[in-house]
Amino acid sequence: MIEVNGVTKRYGAKVAVDDLSFTVRPGAVTGFLGPNGAGKSTTMRMILGLDRPTSGDVLVNGRHYAEHAAPLREVGALLEAKAVHTGRSAYHHLLAMALTHGIPRRRVEEVIDLVGLREVARKRVGGFSLGMGQRLGVAAALLGDPATLILDEPVNGLDPEGVRWIRNLLRSLASEGRTVFVSSHLMSEMALTADHLIVVGRGKLIANASMAEFTAMMDASVRVRAREAEELRERLVGPGVTVELIAPDVLQVHGMDSSAIGLVACRHAIALDELTPVTASLEDAFMDMTKDAVEYREAS
Amino acid sequence: MTAVASKPVAARTALPDSVRVTLPRVLRAEWSKFWSLRSSYFALGGMVLAMIVFGGLFALVTANQYPTMPPARQAAIDPAQVSLRGYAIAQLVIGVLGVLVVTGEYATGMIRSSIAAAPRRWPVLVGKAVIFAGITLVVTEIASFAAFFVGQAFLASQHLDVGLGADGVLRGVVGTGLYLTVVGLVGTGIGFVLRSTAGAVATLFGLLLVLPVLGEALPSDWGDKINPYLPSNAGQQVLVVHPDAAATLGPWAGFAVFCGYALLALLVGGYLLRRRDA
Repeated sequence: MIEVNGVTKRYGAKVAVDDLSFTVRPGAVTGFLGPNGAGKSTTMRMILGLDRPTSGDVLVNGRHYAEHAAPLREVGALLEAKAVHTGRSAYHHLLAMALTHGIPRRRVEEVIDLVGLREVARKRVGGFSLGMGQRLGVAAALLGDPATLILDEPVNGLDPEGVRWIRNLLRSLASEGRTVFVSSHLMSEMALTADHLIVVGRGKLIANASMAEFTAMMDASVRVRAREAEELRERLVGPGVTVELIAPDVLQVHGMDSSAIGLVACRHAIALDELTPVTASLEDAFMDMTKDAVEYREAS
Repeated sequence: MTAVASKPVAARTALPDSVRVTLPRVLRAEWSKFWSLRSSYFALGGMVLAMIVFGGLFALVTANQYPTMPPARQAAIDPAQVSLRGYAIAQLVIGVLGVLVVTGEYATGMIRSSIAAAPRRWPVLVGKAVIFAGITLVVTEIASFAAFFVGQAFLASQHLDVGLGADGVLRGVVGTGLYLTVVGLVGTGIGFVLRSTAGAVATLFGLLLVLPVLGEALPSDWGDKINPYLPSNAGQQVLVVHPDAAATLGPWAGFAVFCGYALLALLVGGYLLRRRDA
């Protein structure tokens, strides 16, 4: 359980996070979505007590991160940049972290096998690919068998097999009742893994809803092609139903599904040439939601 | 529980209830971190080599030239000091190592993992300082004694060699290791303050090597008051075998002042470590 209460973070004049509040609950994968520079990484660093909020409060499992007697047991984190000394081997990196908590060496070996780094565990991390670095970060996050996991862009640099591995891992961690908080700037990735979404832009909360609510919120319409488009429009328009004439013989209908439209057309003997439900993708919805919050964009 | 056990991520090793952060555990972690980097071996090995090779070299040259020296120069030879000259190079190596113990973590991002594992932060600094100082003290003392004995072996050809029992010798040999260790600790403190390798190394050697030169340029009434308290001037009192009896600071007073600089650097570093974003 992560509780972010009215958190603001300023770096000089720049506001990275602006009065952000949300709760991340156990037993689900919560996606943390926003364009680059939206304040996702800053928020995650504040959850871990690495950065101090300018104002507001962040609690993990009921306490500030630093107040836990065994923080690695409470929260496991994969941070965006590799937080590993490049001169040390993967094994020794994990061992050093384990030693701070008295976590047994067996557990170090276990997480190495779990993330599939057995063969390179004794090699220096400096020679690791991005994907191997991400796997090492996941191993470090799992080391303390934590109740809460925070992963910043975990699929970055992973090959398709690695991406699928992360997805399954996140799902099974959540199914074990853990709190799983994952950031991404890709809606398509979140659509496949997350149960709940928190969307931010320019440090502000844009949306906080379950995936089902998100899908329901999305703009659904039906495109109808008919020669008697004008007449059909008059028949369809009603309370909660809007119809746009987008071409002389094409209508865009909001607020009525295709079978209802078909029924109306049949009742008035209007021949239909096409009846197509149109759903905006989650990606489109995300783009639309955050279009004002994107920091860098090519001139259009 | 079979359903959970079959999941790939459940801990098969049940973690004991005793799992939590303690200072001794952070010390063990720092010990493991120190010995799992090649740079530690290179630096310590290089330091030992510098002490022995330069100490031996100075002793050899001194012994060879002794017969042709004017009597005044012959009388001025301090055999123990000659064999410990390598400290001038060794302090550069140990200083850089002391800095790197900290800035190596900032450069790579490791510091975030270190702080995440010990979020109260001060154990990270204490752990680094204690482990670095402990290891470095043992190795610099070994190097210092080795350099002394190698040097005396060369000087024996002209019967110039002295034993550890001679006046001031044991203190000078032990003091060389102490001075080198505290040089490294000053570096560790500055490393926490500045967080960058280049900046911390430049600052450390500015304090140790450049400051005394600037001090020499002061008018003598000022210089006499200030110079004895400059870090390396104070710290090196402890490794001088035959100190000037009129010196403002004696061997141990000087060393105490030098330790004060190290403590100050570590305290400022610790304060900033607690306050700043990582």
